Amino acid sequence: MSTTNYIGKAPSRVDGPAKVTGAATYAAEYNVPGLTYGWVVSSPIAKGKITKIHADEVLVLPGVLQVFSHENVPSLAWFDRSYKDQVAPGGSPFRPLHDNEIKFSQQPVALIVAENFELARYAASVLRIEYEAAPHETNLETKRQEGFEPGRGKTGYMPPPPPRGNPDKAWEEAAHRMEAEYVHGTQHHNPMELFATTVEYHANGKITAYDKTQGVYNVQAYLTKIFGLSKDNCRVVNEYMGGGFGSGLRPQYQVFLAVLAALELKRSVRVTLTRQQMFSFGHRPHTLQYLKLATNPDGTLAAVQHHALHETSQFEDYTENVVNWSGMLYQCDNVKLGYQLAKLDVYTPLDMRAPGAATGSIGLEVAMDEMAYAAGLDPLEFRLRNYAEKDQNMNKPFSSKKLRDCYHQGAAKFGWDKRTQEPRSMRDADGKLVGWGIGGGAWDASQMKSAAKATITADGKLLVLSASGENGTGTYTIMTQIAAETLGLPLEAVTFRLGDTDQPEAPLQGGSWTAASVGTAVKNTCEALGEKLLKLAQKMEGSPLKNANFEDVEFVNGQIRLRTDANQAVVLRDVLQASGEAKIEVDGSAMPNMVKQMPYSMHSHNMVFAEVKVDEDLGTVHVTRVLNAVAAGRILNQKTARSQVLGSVVWGISMALMEETVMDHKFGRYMNHNYAEYHVPVNADIHDIDVIFVEEEDDIVNPLGVKGIGEVGMLGVAAAIANAVFHATGKRVRDLPIMIDKLL
Amino acid sequence: MIQHPTTSSAGGLAAPPPAGTVRLTINGQLHTLEIAPWTTLLDALREYLHLTGTKKGCDHGQCGACTVLVEGKRINSCLTLAVMHEGEEITTIEGLGTQENLHPLQQAFVDHDAFQCGYCTPGQICSAQGLINEGKAHTEAEIRELMSGNLCRCGAYVGILNAVKEVVDKGIKNYELKIKN
Repeated sequence: MSTTNYIGKAPSRVDGPAKVTGAATYAAEYNVPGLTYGWVVSSPIAKGKITKIHADEVLVLPGVLQVFSHENVPSLAWFDRSYKDQVAPGGSPFRPLHDNEIKFSQQPVALIVAENFELARYAASVLRIEYEAAPHETNLETKRQEGFEPGRGKTGYMPPPPPRGNPDKAWEEAAHRMEAEYVHGTQHHNPMELFATTVEYHANGKITAYDKTQGVYNVQAYLTKIFGLSKDNCRVVNEYMGGGFGSGLRPQYQVFLAVLAALELKRSVRVTLTRQQMFSFGHRPHTLQYLKLATNPDGTLAAVQHHALHETSQFEDYTENVVNWSGMLYQCDNVKLGYQLAKLDVYTPLDMRAPGAATGSIGLEVAMDEMAYAAGLDPLEFRLRNYAEKDQNMNKPFSSKKLRDCYHQGAAKFGWDKRTQEPRSMRDADGKLVGWGIGGGAWDASQMKSAAKATITADGKLLVLSASGENGTGTYTIMTQIAAETLGLPLEAVTFRLGDTDQPEAPLQGGSWTAASVGTAVKNTCEALGEKLLKLAQKMEGSPLKNANFEDVEFVNGQIRLRTDANQAVVLRDVLQASGEAKIEVDGSAMPNMVKQMPYSMHSHNMVFAEVKVDEDLGTVHVTRVLNAVAAGRILNQKTARSQVLGSVVWGISMALMEETVMDHKFGRYMNHNYAEYHVPVNADIHDIDVIFVEEEDDIVNPLGVKGIGEVGMLGVAAAIANAVFHATGKRVRDLPIMIDKLL
Repeated sequence: MIQHPTTSSAGGLAAPPPAGTVRLTINGQLHTLEIAPWTTLLDALREYLHLTGTKKGCDHGQCGACTVLVEGKRINSCLTLAVMHEGEEITTIEGLGTQENLHPLQQAFVDHDAFQCGYCTPGQICSAQGLINEGKAHTEAEIRELMSGNLCRCGAYVGILNAVKEVVDKGIKNYELKIKN
């Protein structure tokens, strides 16, 4: 029996003890000698010009070192391309302190650096800046007629496929039809950790930037291009990230400001944004969706039309895949999809957990519910009748798709057969209205190029490095599991480190591709190390493995042994001792197997079953039960994967009932830019949540068979809740979040 | 023309307050700091004592990430000044347990995967210890309600509930904590 099989089990997080004791170090927590503090000053206007900065008034304060603004920023990179990061959309990236022009409310206009935190804060509070305001437009409603189709621009963006069939005619002639508009407001990621950068300025002029980011290599490239630094002189580190959800995919302005100040002052600098300033950059865009569905008499879909319009900034064309899902989630031969942007005087939106899909799945899955009711069908039965056996957008089969298992297992566990179809037909013992609803979605199973390094030392300890990220996803843990299992070592003998540009390059930590990408690189690298170890084992006197090929052996319980005869084994530590080497090191990498993947559409899927209870007198909605059935390939760690889905459900509840950044259009400024007024669920809002991972084998997506779990769990949650609210109350709310006033 | 912010005329800025000596007893150890009186307890811990286990999530008492125990009672350390706590017993996450010797709540949080990114976790654990000290948490509903001052954006609430409940059910109360009164 092997005791070093870890993949698919549920070990606790290897970084758990560090996190629960406060020992895990986040960006603003590196204790750097001689540290100075920067405080960002933000614009109170949404558009216009800075006419005067009274920097002299605060520079007289003892301990205030500098006021950085467009007036004194040194000459930096000139071309837009230097400011473009790995996921920059088309357009012209925002350059902090570049000129006197204001493009959005809360734009950083100055950085005050002082000897201590309190002084920087005080100086910022009294710095006088004069502005000349210009008329702004921040209301998407005024831009309905000004939408435009964006170019490709951003990595991962796929323009909607061309129409197929005759969707207009099919809709007109169908047995049953629905059409409706769905809306959700702007949302901000709001990770718990404030965006921060601690720049350590070394005596030799090199810098180390401890930065809150989901991609240290992305930030390093950004900084080196802008500030003309060599990579050797600019190390970027992020060992722990206090939540990302996409907010750290692009370098944020505090890293620019902190590095600018450190280089100019030749001092170490820490810049931490305030919670209010966390609403000054990327966000999930306010989106309007219009759907038209129609069915044939047998309940199959006759037509699907899905159009979306969302905001972007004046300077970049942010894109996400909102509508494409509607062409692949259900079988339909008449499909028309449209996607447009409208420019507002706001900051550029940014990928936020399940970008595009979370939005699109609200439109499609609420529309599917409306359609089911119009056609007189149970919503689950309706989906079964329209099950897509292939991806009609790409005209390709799925590499694997166990969504039907999600439907059946989910329905059985939730008790869906006890549901009565009629709205307002179910009540609990206290007389509260009960509603049951469903919703689901799909997310891309992607793999990106990734590299790793593995080192085993004479004491049998393995160190694996890859500059990936840990923002709560469990990267440390699953990579440790993969490495330990590949080389047959106990978990305690393996250390995985990440988040440092001194390590081999890993892709941005996002898109649900880390497990597939970095995981495969770790596996490949450890296998390469295993091959080296086998060769060394074969050189040992009387080695039982002398004639074995790599395929003939397995690494289990600290041994290399023959697969056919477990007694023919060599202890790894003996191999290392006999080799006389202090350590054995291997560099490795992984790339997606394009030839193998090309013929297939690769996606994870899910189906969410939600129960709400509504107090009709008060209009309050409680989500009392959620079951999320997920088909996401192989699950590497049952515990951390489950937590990812539990968290996704909380996000979905939030999206359905609470979350919205509200704009005051008079000032072009978000009104509720703090944690008290930007509502996210608290412990008391969350009740029973259950997760099912259906078995799904897939040897196309990558050698590990994983599809990623960070985004898929969120899909359909908000729709399932909105549909449950309809089932409970008979009121169809199409404008999220569903607040009390919309139900009374 | 908009001026930002409105303040006294040029050159008339109030001088920042001078630093003074503040003595804080944290996790049983006396620290002497030279800090200005407007330094919050949270910033004193993080920026001057490098006890960064206590987290800053909002600086406005809205998220609970900065929760510490003062005389056994949970408070938001961002909403209080360090100078106000001379002579009091302050317990931070670093005072509850170590990686090698976890406090029962810390162990339960690991076992139940009651966190993802870990940033709200020290505050959650201090809060849980606080409500145990207060003798208030007996039912699931009570724990949910009393832990609702601590936001978790990763949404680990199910795990948090289970972790706290396990410790409450086991009757572990003032684990190695010197509570006055």
